[in-house]
Amino acid sequence: MAPLWMYLAVAAALFSLGVFGVLARRNAVAVLMSVELMLNAVNINLVAFWRYSETGTDLLLNGYAFTAFVLIVAAAEAAVGLAIIITVYRNRRSVIPEEARALKG
Amino acid sequence: MELNAITIGFVVFTIFTLGGGIGVVTTRNLFQGTIWLMVSLFGVAGYFVLLSAPFLAAVQVLVYIGAIAILITFAVMLTRSVTRIKERYIRILPSFIVSLALFLILLFGVTVPIFSGHLPESAPEYVASTRDLGAALVDENGYVVPFLLASVLLTAAMIGAIFIARDESA
Repeated sequence: MAPLWMYLAVAAALFSLGVFGVLARRNAVAVLMSVELMLNAVNINLVAFWRYSETGTDLLLNGYAFTAFVLIVAAAEAAVGLAIIITVYRNRRSVIPEEARALKG
Repeated sequence: MELNAITIGFVVFTIFTLGGGIGVVTTRNLFQGTIWLMVSLFGVAGYFVLLSAPFLAAVQVLVYIGAIAILITFAVMLTRSVTRIKERYIRILPSFIVSLALFLILLFGVTVPIFSGHLPESAPEYVASTRDLGAALVDENGYVVPFLLASVLLTAAMIGAIFIARDESA
Protein backbone atom coordinates (compact mmCIF):
# COMPACT_ATOMS: atom_id res chain seq x y z
CA MET A 1 0.00 0.00 0.00
CA ALA A 2 1.01 3.58 -0.48
CA PRO A 3 2.38 5.09 2.74
CA LEU A 4 0.17 7.40 4.76
CA TRP A 5 2.03 10.61 4.00
CA MET A 6 1.26 10.33 0.28
CA TYR A 7 -2.48 10.42 0.95
CA LEU A 8 -1.96 13.37 3.29
CA ALA A 9 0.12 15.23 0.68
CA VAL A 10 -2.54 14.74 -2.01
CA ALA A 11 -5.23 15.89 0.43
CA ALA A 12 -3.14 18.97 1.28
CA ALA A 13 -2.80 19.83 -2.41
CA LEU A 14 -6.54 19.36 -3.01
CA PHE A 15 -7.39 21.48 0.04
CA SER A 16 -5.08 24.27 -1.14
CA LEU A 17 -6.70 24.18 -4.58
CA GLY A 18 -10.07 24.56 -2.89
CA VAL A 19 -8.82 27.50 -0.79
CA PHE A 20 -7.54 29.19 -3.93
CA GLY A 21 -10.88 28.67 -5.67
CA VAL A 22 -12.87 30.02 -2.71
CA LEU A 23 -10.69 33.12 -2.43
CA ALA A 24 -10.16 33.90 -6.11
CA ARG A 25 -13.17 32.83 -8.16
CA ARG A 26 -15.80 35.47 -8.90
CA ASN A 27 -18.75 33.20 -9.60
CA ALA A 28 -20.56 32.00 -6.47
CA VAL A 29 -21.24 28.58 -8.03
CA ALA A 30 -17.51 28.15 -8.63
CA VAL A 31 -16.88 29.12 -5.00
CA LEU A 32 -19.31 26.42 -3.88
CA MET A 33 -17.57 23.86 -6.12
CA SER A 34 -14.25 24.79 -4.50
CA VAL A 35 -15.82 24.24 -1.07
CA GLU A 36 -16.74 20.74 -2.22
CA LEU A 37 -13.09 20.16 -3.16
CA MET A 38 -12.01 21.18 0.35
CA LEU A 39 -14.57 18.86 1.94
CA ASN A 40 -13.26 16.00 -0.18
CA ALA A 41 -9.68 16.71 0.87
CA VAL A 42 -10.79 16.47 4.50
CA ASN A 43 -12.57 13.20 3.73
CA ILE A 44 -9.39 11.71 2.24
CA ASN A 45 -7.53 12.66 5.42
CA LEU A 46 -10.18 11.16 7.70
CA VAL A 47 -10.34 7.84 5.84
CA ALA A 48 -6.53 7.62 5.52
CA PHE A 49 -5.98 8.20 9.25
CA TRP A 50 -8.73 5.71 10.01
CA ARG A 51 -7.16 3.08 7.76
CA TYR A 52 -3.65 3.48 9.15
CA SER A 53 -4.62 3.72 12.81
CA GLU A 54 -3.80 0.77 15.01
CA THR A 55 -6.88 -1.33 15.73
CA GLY A 56 -6.63 -3.49 18.79
CA THR A 57 -9.15 -6.09 19.78
CA ASP A 58 -12.24 -3.98 19.16
CA LEU A 59 -12.78 -2.23 15.86
CA LEU A 60 -12.47 1.51 15.61
CA LEU A 61 -14.99 3.07 13.28
CA ASN A 62 -14.69 6.76 14.17
CA GLY A 63 -12.99 7.88 10.95
CA TYR A 64 -15.27 5.78 8.76
CA ALA A 65 -18.48 7.00 10.39
CA PHE A 66 -17.26 10.61 10.59
CA THR A 67 -16.62 10.59 6.82
CA ALA A 68 -20.15 9.33 6.21
CA PHE A 69 -21.53 12.21 8.30
CA VAL A 70 -19.33 14.71 6.46
CA LEU A 71 -20.88 13.44 3.21
CA ILE A 72 -24.38 14.00 4.63
CA VAL A 73 -23.58 17.53 5.82
CA ALA A 74 -21.97 18.30 2.44
CA ALA A 75 -25.17 17.25 0.66
CA ALA A 76 -27.26 19.52 2.92
CA GLU A 77 -24.78 22.38 2.47
CA ALA A 78 -24.83 22.08 -1.32
CA ALA A 79 -28.65 22.07 -1.46
CA VAL A 80 -29.10 25.14 0.78
CA GLY A 81 -26.12 26.99 -0.73
CA LEU A 82 -27.34 26.56 -4.29
CA ALA A 83 -30.86 27.61 -3.25
CA ILE A 84 -29.41 30.81 -1.75
CA ILE A 85 -27.38 31.47 -4.93
CA ILE A 86 -30.47 31.02 -7.10
CA THR A 87 -32.52 33.36 -4.88
CA VAL A 88 -29.81 36.03 -4.91
CA TYR A 89 -29.58 35.69 -8.69
CA ARG A 90 -33.33 36.09 -9.04
CA ASN A 91 -33.41 39.23 -6.92
CA ARG A 92 -30.19 40.91 -8.03
CA ARG A 93 -29.36 39.34 -11.42
CA SER A 94 -25.88 38.57 -10.13
CA VAL A 95 -23.90 35.56 -8.98
CA ILE A 96 -20.95 37.59 -7.71
CA PRO A 97 -20.69 37.26 -3.92
CA GLU A 98 -19.36 40.82 -3.49
CA GLU A 99 -22.53 42.27 -5.01
CA ALA A 100 -24.85 40.67 -2.44
CA ARG A 101 -24.35 43.32 0.23
CA ALA A 102 -27.86 44.47 1.13
CA LEU A 103 -27.21 43.69 4.79
CA LYS A 104 -23.93 45.61 4.94
CA GLY A 105 -23.95 48.29 7.64
CA MET B 1 7.27 1.28 -2.67
CA GLU B 2 7.09 -1.42 -5.31
CA LEU B 3 5.26 -1.22 -8.60
CA ASN B 4 1.99 -3.09 -8.30
CA ALA B 5 -1.70 -2.56 -9.00
CA ILE B 6 -2.24 -0.44 -5.89
CA THR B 7 0.65 1.87 -6.77
CA ILE B 8 -0.59 2.31 -10.33
CA GLY B 9 -4.10 2.96 -8.99
CA PHE B 10 -2.75 5.54 -6.56
CA VAL B 11 -0.95 7.41 -9.37
CA VAL B 12 -4.02 7.30 -11.63
CA PHE B 13 -6.37 8.51 -8.90
CA THR B 14 -3.91 11.27 -7.96
CA ILE B 15 -3.97 12.48 -11.57
CA PHE B 16 -7.79 12.35 -11.54
CA THR B 17 -8.15 14.14 -8.20
CA LEU B 18 -5.61 16.92 -8.66
CA GLY B 19 -6.19 17.36 -12.39
CA GLY B 20 -9.91 17.68 -11.80
CA GLY B 21 -9.29 20.12 -8.98
CA ILE B 22 -7.07 22.29 -11.17
CA GLY B 23 -9.78 22.17 -13.83
CA VAL B 24 -12.42 23.31 -11.33
CA VAL B 25 -10.50 26.38 -10.20
CA THR B 26 -9.18 27.42 -13.63
CA THR B 27 -11.88 26.72 -16.21
CA ARG B 28 -13.79 29.62 -17.69
CA ASN B 29 -16.88 27.64 -18.64
CA LEU B 30 -18.72 26.48 -15.50
CA PHE B 31 -20.27 23.51 -17.31
CA GLN B 32 -16.78 22.22 -17.95
CA GLY B 33 -16.01 23.05 -14.33
CA THR B 34 -18.80 20.70 -13.25
CA ILE B 35 -17.33 17.93 -15.40
CA TRP B 36 -13.90 18.56 -13.85
CA LEU B 37 -15.51 18.41 -10.41
CA MET B 38 -16.97 15.00 -11.29
CA VAL B 39 -13.50 13.80 -12.40
CA SER B 40 -11.97 14.98 -9.13
CA LEU B 41 -14.70 13.39 -7.02
CA PHE B 42 -14.25 10.14 -8.93
CA GLY B 43 -10.56 10.18 -8.04
CA VAL B 44 -11.47 10.62 -4.38
CA ALA B 45 -13.83 7.63 -4.67
CA GLY B 46 -10.86 5.65 -6.01
CA TYR B 47 -8.84 6.63 -2.94
CA PHE B 48 -11.64 5.28 -0.76
CA VAL B 49 -11.38 1.94 -2.60
CA LEU B 50 -7.61 1.87 -2.07
CA LEU B 51 -8.14 2.64 1.63
CA SER B 52 -10.54 -0.35 1.88
CA ALA B 53 -13.67 1.73 2.42
CA PRO B 54 -15.84 0.48 -0.47
CA PHE B 55 -19.08 1.73 1.08
CA LEU B 56 -17.77 5.29 1.14
CA ALA B 57 -16.64 4.95 -2.48
CA ALA B 58 -20.14 3.88 -3.52
CA VAL B 59 -21.73 6.71 -1.51
CA GLN B 60 -19.22 9.14 -3.01
CA VAL B 61 -20.24 8.17 -6.54
CA LEU B 62 -23.96 8.16 -5.72
CA VAL B 63 -24.20 11.30 -3.59
CA TYR B 64 -21.42 13.49 -4.96
CA ILE B 65 -21.25 12.62 -8.64
CA GLY B 66 -24.89 11.56 -8.91
CA ALA B 67 -26.61 14.25 -6.84
CA ILE B 68 -24.41 17.20 -5.90
CA ALA B 69 -22.74 17.56 -9.30
CA ILE B 70 -26.14 17.42 -11.03
CA LEU B 71 -27.46 20.00 -8.55
CA ILE B 72 -24.53 22.28 -9.38
CA THR B 73 -25.25 21.79 -13.11
CA PHE B 74 -28.83 22.93 -12.49
CA ALA B 75 -27.57 25.98 -10.58
CA VAL B 76 -25.19 26.83 -13.44
CA MET B 77 -28.05 26.64 -15.93
CA LEU B 78 -30.43 28.67 -13.75
CA THR B 79 -27.90 31.49 -13.18
CA ARG B 80 -26.63 32.11 -16.68
CA SER B 81 -25.31 35.61 -16.40
CA VAL B 82 -22.06 34.53 -18.02
CA THR B 83 -21.91 37.64 -20.17
CA ARG B 84 -21.78 39.95 -17.15
CA ILE B 85 -18.73 38.36 -15.58
CA LYS B 86 -15.80 39.55 -17.62
CA GLU B 87 -12.98 38.12 -15.57
CA ARG B 88 -12.75 34.78 -13.85
CA TYR B 89 -10.77 35.91 -10.84
CA ILE B 90 -10.76 38.59 -8.22
CA ARG B 91 -7.62 39.34 -6.12
CA ILE B 92 -5.84 36.44 -7.82
CA LEU B 93 -2.30 37.18 -6.64
CA PRO B 94 -2.95 37.33 -2.86
CA SER B 95 -5.20 34.27 -3.14
CA PHE B 96 -2.47 32.36 -4.96
CA ILE B 97 0.15 33.35 -2.40
CA VAL B 98 -2.09 32.40 0.53
CA SER B 99 -3.05 29.01 -0.91
CA LEU B 100 0.54 28.22 -1.94
CA ALA B 101 1.78 29.13 1.54
CA LEU B 102 -0.94 26.96 3.07
CA PHE B 103 0.06 24.05 0.83
CA LEU B 104 3.73 24.37 1.76
CA ILE B 105 2.91 24.55 5.47
CA LEU B 106 0.67 21.48 5.21
CA LEU B 107 3.28 19.59 3.18
CA PHE B 108 5.93 20.48 5.75
CA GLY B 109 3.69 19.24 8.56
CA VAL B 110 2.93 16.04 6.67
CA THR B 111 6.47 15.14 5.66
CA VAL B 112 8.36 16.04 8.86
CA PRO B 113 7.01 13.05 10.89
CA ILE B 114 8.41 10.67 8.22
CA PHE B 115 11.97 11.34 9.33
CA SER B 116 11.19 10.90 13.01
CA GLY B 117 9.35 7.66 12.24
CA HIS B 118 6.03 8.61 13.78
CA LEU B 119 3.95 7.89 10.70
CA PRO B 120 2.95 4.26 10.13
CA GLU B 121 4.36 2.84 6.92
CA SER B 122 1.82 0.09 6.45
CA ALA B 123 -1.81 -0.30 7.41
CA PRO B 124 -3.05 -3.02 9.74
CA GLU B 125 -4.17 -6.19 8.00
CA TYR B 126 -7.57 -6.46 9.64
CA VAL B 127 -10.01 -3.68 8.84
CA ALA B 128 -13.64 -2.94 9.67
CA SER B 129 -16.16 -3.84 7.00
CA THR B 130 -19.38 -2.25 5.79
CA ARG B 131 -21.27 -4.71 8.00
CA ASP B 132 -19.44 -3.34 11.05
CA LEU B 133 -20.31 0.22 10.03
CA GLY B 134 -23.98 -0.68 9.62
CA ALA B 135 -24.04 -2.31 13.06
CA ALA B 136 -22.27 0.68 14.64
CA LEU B 137 -24.70 3.17 13.08
CA VAL B 138 -27.67 1.66 14.95
CA ASP B 139 -25.75 0.67 18.09
CA GLU B 140 -26.70 2.67 21.16
CA ASN B 141 -23.03 2.74 22.15
CA GLY B 142 -22.12 3.72 18.59
CA TYR B 143 -23.48 6.42 16.36
CA VAL B 144 -27.26 6.15 16.63
CA VAL B 145 -27.74 9.74 17.89
CA PRO B 146 -25.71 11.37 15.07
CA PHE B 147 -27.43 8.98 12.65
CA LEU B 148 -30.86 10.22 13.71
CA LEU B 149 -29.70 13.84 13.78
CA ALA B 150 -28.39 13.43 10.23
CA SER B 151 -31.85 12.44 9.01
CA VAL B 152 -33.34 15.50 10.75
CA LEU B 153 -30.64 17.68 9.16
CA LEU B 154 -31.35 16.30 5.68
CA THR B 155 -35.10 16.90 6.09
CA ALA B 156 -34.49 20.44 7.35
CA ALA B 157 -32.07 21.14 4.48
CA MET B 158 -34.57 19.85 1.91
CA ILE B 159 -37.45 21.94 3.30
CA GLY B 160 -35.17 24.96 3.65
CA ALA B 161 -33.83 24.68 0.11
CA ILE B 162 -37.35 24.42 -1.33
CA PHE B 163 -38.54 27.35 0.79
CA ILE B 164 -35.59 29.60 -0.07
CA ALA B 165 -35.57 28.87 -3.80
CA ARG B 166 -39.36 29.08 -4.20
CA ASP B 167 -40.47 31.67 -6.71
CA GLU B 168 -43.09 33.74 -4.89
CA SER B 169 -44.47 35.34 -8.03
CA ALA B 170 -45.20 31.98 -9.65
